[in-house]
Amino acid sequence: MREGLNGKDWEGLKERFPGVEVTEGIDMVTLWVPVDQLLEVMRVLKEDYGFNFLADLTGVDVPPEEAIILVYHLMSVPSARETRVKVKLPRTEPRAPSLVRLWPAAEVQEREAFDLLGIIFEGHPNLKRILCPDDFQGHPLRKDFTLSKVSDLSQHGGDGSSYPGAEAPVGVQQKGGEVDES
Amino acid sequence: MNPNTSLVTEEITLNMGPQHPSTHGVYRAVLTLDGEKVVGVENVIGYLHRGIEKLAEDRTYTQFIPYTDRLDYLAAMLNNLGYVQAVEKLMGIEVPERAEYLRIIMAELSRIASHYVMLASMALDLSGWTAWFIPFRDRERILDLFEMVCGSRLTLSYMRIGGVAADVPPEFVPALKSFLAELPRGLEEFNGLITNNEIFKARCQGVGRIDLETALAYGITGPNLRACGLPFDLRKVKPYGIYDRFDFEVPIRHNGDTYDRFVIRVLEIEQSARIIEQALRDLPEGPVMAKVPRVIKPPQGEVYHQIEGAKGILGFYVVSDGSPKPYRVHIHSPSFVNLGAFPVMAKGGTIQDAVAILASIDIVLGEVDR
Repeated sequence: MREGLNGKDWEGLKERFPGVEVTEGIDMVTLWVPVDQLLEVMRVLKEDYGFNFLADLTGVDVPPEEAIILVYHLMSVPSARETRVKVKLPRTEPRAPSLVRLWPAAEVQEREAFDLLGIIFEGHPNLKRILCPDDFQGHPLRKDFTLSKVSDLSQHGGDGSSYPGAEAPVGVQQKGGEVDES
Repeated sequence: MNPNTSLVTEEITLNMGPQHPSTHGVYRAVLTLDGEKVVGVENVIGYLHRGIEKLAEDRTYTQFIPYTDRLDYLAAMLNNLGYVQAVEKLMGIEVPERAEYLRIIMAELSRIASHYVMLASMALDLSGWTAWFIPFRDRERILDLFEMVCGSRLTLSYMRIGGVAADVPPEFVPALKSFLAELPRGLEEFNGLITNNEIFKARCQGVGRIDLETALAYGITGPNLRACGLPFDLRKVKPYGIYDRFDFEVPIRHNGDTYDRFVIRVLEIEQSARIIEQALRDLPEGPVMAKVPRVIKPPQGEVYHQIEGAKGILGFYVVSDGSPKPYRVHIHSPSFVNLGAFPVMAKGGTIQDAVAILASIDIVLGEVDR
């Protein structure tokens, strides 16, 4: 098992997967992996590099880049080394292979990423909403999903009539609306 | 089924929850039953989803602290700690010594309080009514201590980016010392009544077993993982804050069953008390807040910070775009992931086993649904 703590130890991985980029973050090494190599890279990280534990799975919506970044945090148990794996997906149709076969822990976390960000995980056994109601429209953690008044409630499962909860709390705006820190 | 009879049974579906005392909140388990035997479980969650991660994007870094109280509301200090340490890591802030020690004391008190609730409610779920009162009597004293330092008992918001909100009042230390002195007696009483109780053991031992490999694959962390025999505790293997200065053990159990998940909490309470005693002994004088800018504006970047929460590893993924509001906050909640393994543990048992197993996983729906 190799150490894989700084950039140098990743040369072998970069040789095997030419598409992989290695960058140093504030807290840990970040590997950028092309989506078509993701499954294989993850398998190698798990089996050869000792990152046997899926610590976290989430995503970040970046509209200026027209991208959704899929973010995995892996950990080695019991030595507690950490690494971050990022995958850039097109915002219009973010699709990635499911990791449920490697880590069953991915099952609920992929459902969450699907629910809140709209990332489709191919090969997931039961990809449906998990936190939002089944008839919910949209993906709340997308940046264009605003916390303002919903004009057409029918698209959110309502009957179109106004209800008090449709109004966002005072001071909550998606853009602008600076909050004074005092 | 008795193979000698030609009795044909039909599987039925039973909703346990969303309003059910043993679900510890609004959560629903769709059980598929063959007689009394559980053959399938589907988790239905989200009833308490408040979109905390989305709300974070509209709050300043400091304004988000109260929201973290409402994740695992039985261990608010630990959530505070995870979040503020993540932001501090992002900004490179050094926290004053006294604040570090106060944080440890509060975090471990929160862990004890959370474990007390687990012990009490699990015993109650198995009809041990008397057992409810002992942990809750002792937990009350922890809540009193919290009230002394920050005015709140449950949603504490005591920690700040760069330290803690206020120093402890003079009456805090003696009150804490007297609590610690009496803690072993309370546990002894509880152990005599429940932990070593034959009936309780019969209900729990060998029930809902999960082996270490499966537990790791399902992402189980915290006491539930340590009940499978692996001493994996971030306070020990990857100390954050000043945990490397304390002398404590990581208790483990080996069977990975419901009983071990229960006992491990009792053992962890003892270790947490040890840490608090040492922190109290070494508590230095000095400021409790670092000099931080009035407006918290971390540089562009991202950080993932994990701490050992009461239920397992609690992770905060914070992305900054250089503005006063986080670009993205993701909370990796241990309850959410641990609950994902409930179907594996409950399959093959009876309905009453499912109740015991769910209690032993120790979920908090505020954290599951966020």
